[in-house]
Amino acid sequence: MLKIENLHARVEGKDILKGLTLTVNPGEVHAIMGPNGAGKSTLGNVLSGRDGYEVTEGSVIFQGRDLLALEPEERAAAGVFLAFQYPVEIPGVNNTYFLRAALNAQRRQRGEAELDSMQFLKLVREKLKIMQISDELLHRAVNEGFSGGEKKRNEIFQMAVLEPKLAILDETDSGLDIDALKQVAQGVNALRSPDRAFLVITHYQRLLDYIEPDFVHVLADGRIVESGDKSLALKLEEHGYAWVNDRDPVLASEART
Amino acid sequence: MSQSPAPVPFIDALREAGSLRLAGSGLAWLEAARRENLEAFIAAGLPDTRAEAWKYTALRALGQRRFALGDAQAASHPVDPYALTLPGIDGPRLVFVNGVFRADLSRLEALPPGLSLQPLSRVLENDPEPLRFALSRRYREAGDAFARLNAALAGDGVVLRVAPGVRVGKPVHLCFAGTPAQGDAAWHVRNVIELGEGAELDLVEHHLATAPHKHLGTLVSDIALRDGAKLQLALLQNAAEDSTLIRHGSLHLGAKAQAMLHVLELGGGLVRHDLHAELRGDDARLDTRGVFVLRGRQHVDTQLSIRHQALNTASESVWRGVADERARGVFRGAIVVAEGADGSDASLSNKNLLLSAQAEIDTKPELEIYADEVKAAHGATVGQLDERALFYLRSRGLPHAEARALLTTAFCRAVFAALPNETLRDHFSDALLAHLPS
Repeated sequence: MLKIENLHARVEGKDILKGLTLTVNPGEVHAIMGPNGAGKSTLGNVLSGRDGYEVTEGSVIFQGRDLLALEPEERAAAGVFLAFQYPVEIPGVNNTYFLRAALNAQRRQRGEAELDSMQFLKLVREKLKIMQISDELLHRAVNEGFSGGEKKRNEIFQMAVLEPKLAILDETDSGLDIDALKQVAQGVNALRSPDRAFLVITHYQRLLDYIEPDFVHVLADGRIVESGDKSLALKLEEHGYAWVNDRDPVLASEART
Repeated sequence: MSQSPAPVPFIDALREAGSLRLAGSGLAWLEAARRENLEAFIAAGLPDTRAEAWKYTALRALGQRRFALGDAQAASHPVDPYALTLPGIDGPRLVFVNGVFRADLSRLEALPPGLSLQPLSRVLENDPEPLRFALSRRYREAGDAFARLNAALAGDGVVLRVAPGVRVGKPVHLCFAGTPAQGDAAWHVRNVIELGEGAELDLVEHHLATAPHKHLGTLVSDIALRDGAKLQLALLQNAAEDSTLIRHGSLHLGAKAQAMLHVLELGGGLVRHDLHAELRGDDARLDTRGVFVLRGRQHVDTQLSIRHQALNTASESVWRGVADERARGVFRGAIVVAEGADGSDASLSNKNLLLSAQAEIDTKPELEIYADEVKAAHGATVGQLDERALFYLRSRGLPHAEARALLTTAFCRAVFAALPNETLRDHFSDALLAHLPS
């Protein structure tokens, strides 16, 4: 589904990703862990198409398409979703209105029929069961005045409605207390399916207690230096990140066999 | 005369205007006022940017143009009445085409009791005396140059009165349509509007074009609210994109009177809107909300001046400006709290959004306070769209133009949130969205 090869990326003239290689298949959950500054968030931003990230080498193929050649909205329509580390507040734009506009824009780009307000409402009600989010938040402006937990739950709720093929969770656990973390993880787990993959970017192992990954990769200095199963996360928790710094990069595909 | 100044075609075209036959010609007092205002306008010429009121709006290019004195065919141009309708507005309607009253397009039958609504041209023929005071005014300030021209040449307009205590149930629609004529024409419209004590009225002023043209229109409105009167005024300005429109409004509020004004400026090539409001009676309240959304090479200049002259008066002004492409917007908001207007509460917020590097907006909030125990706040900003918000929307699938339009509409939303007519509010939203370049 997603094939990242030898990806190099630069931000403000500084090389951040230095040869990242990763393959993700449908249905898999991959955790990307690593110390601050390793390039975790850069990976999410490059994949979703944020301005200011210059890819200098390598390729990203998503479902047979050159992902890097697509505009952010085209990536969204192709099925890539980024849950933001810092969801943006947008005063004056109603949350439900925004979500319907986004869903219909994606459907238009895919050549599918748009949902009218009744159909959309029905979909929202269904998805509300998955993600516990109050009606009141739906009627407010996007993320405006939301607590940290509400913002993250709103991200997962958007994901539930937009039904992406690949969901990238960028430090979704940051700033959450344990109850909020559990709720977010529950939402994510409910959306796991054989044709949907997740890339869970996190600094801490804690989230992985609730979202069980199939693979764990350690990112250091812009490369994946270690890959393994979920036990790798526990090892990191025990030993910290200091030990990974002098590791050689290994290919994720090698680690899997 | 030792020097002959460079010829100004705009002024030269007015030299024959004194012999024009307008409604009310033959009334000595009116002829005198018209003649004096015309002579004064010609003598002074168009104001230049040295005058503070015209600092950001240069009239040199306008000075080089020659406009016909009115449009002789204005009474007979075919106009589709359906094009004049506004959703949510189905009451009495007064229509002017190129500044001339059109009975065939208006809806004046079965007016609600207590409402008097007539074209100025008819009032001047039948019963001009009550208008003597309003139409005898001599304008002297540089900022009032076009009011002076209007006073010299206006032969039509709106005369509206609501009797004391009467609440007019349906909104009154004043419609000013521009339509192509032989060459570029100048038209001048004069409105006199009065709400008696305790009267209530919803009024909609609507400018539109049936097809592209380059006319000049001036419109002067005097609106008086007697004690306890309430006015809702919504203005939708969607004039032809190459036209020039100059509006000059004065609004007087008596004790406990309340006025709420909503303005959406979308059209016109060169547009100037002056509003002078005076809160003359204790506890009067004025709310003004407005936005201009500009594109291409539009130039729109809004000049708001509010005077608090009585005890415990309140004014709240919320204005937004959006300029895209090479457009230019100007906003000046001046609030004066006069001596003795103790307990007044005045606030003014003006926020502006530049959508292109070539667009420009100049804003100038001013506050002068001469009274005690006054609450006053004002602020102005000019900024750009939030790139993070734009990316957030795009990352969810909204194409760039749609994301931009959504954020721009959101930026303007606060302006119309309090517009009570929901259908009209939606129409304003749609019109604004339609005007954004995609």
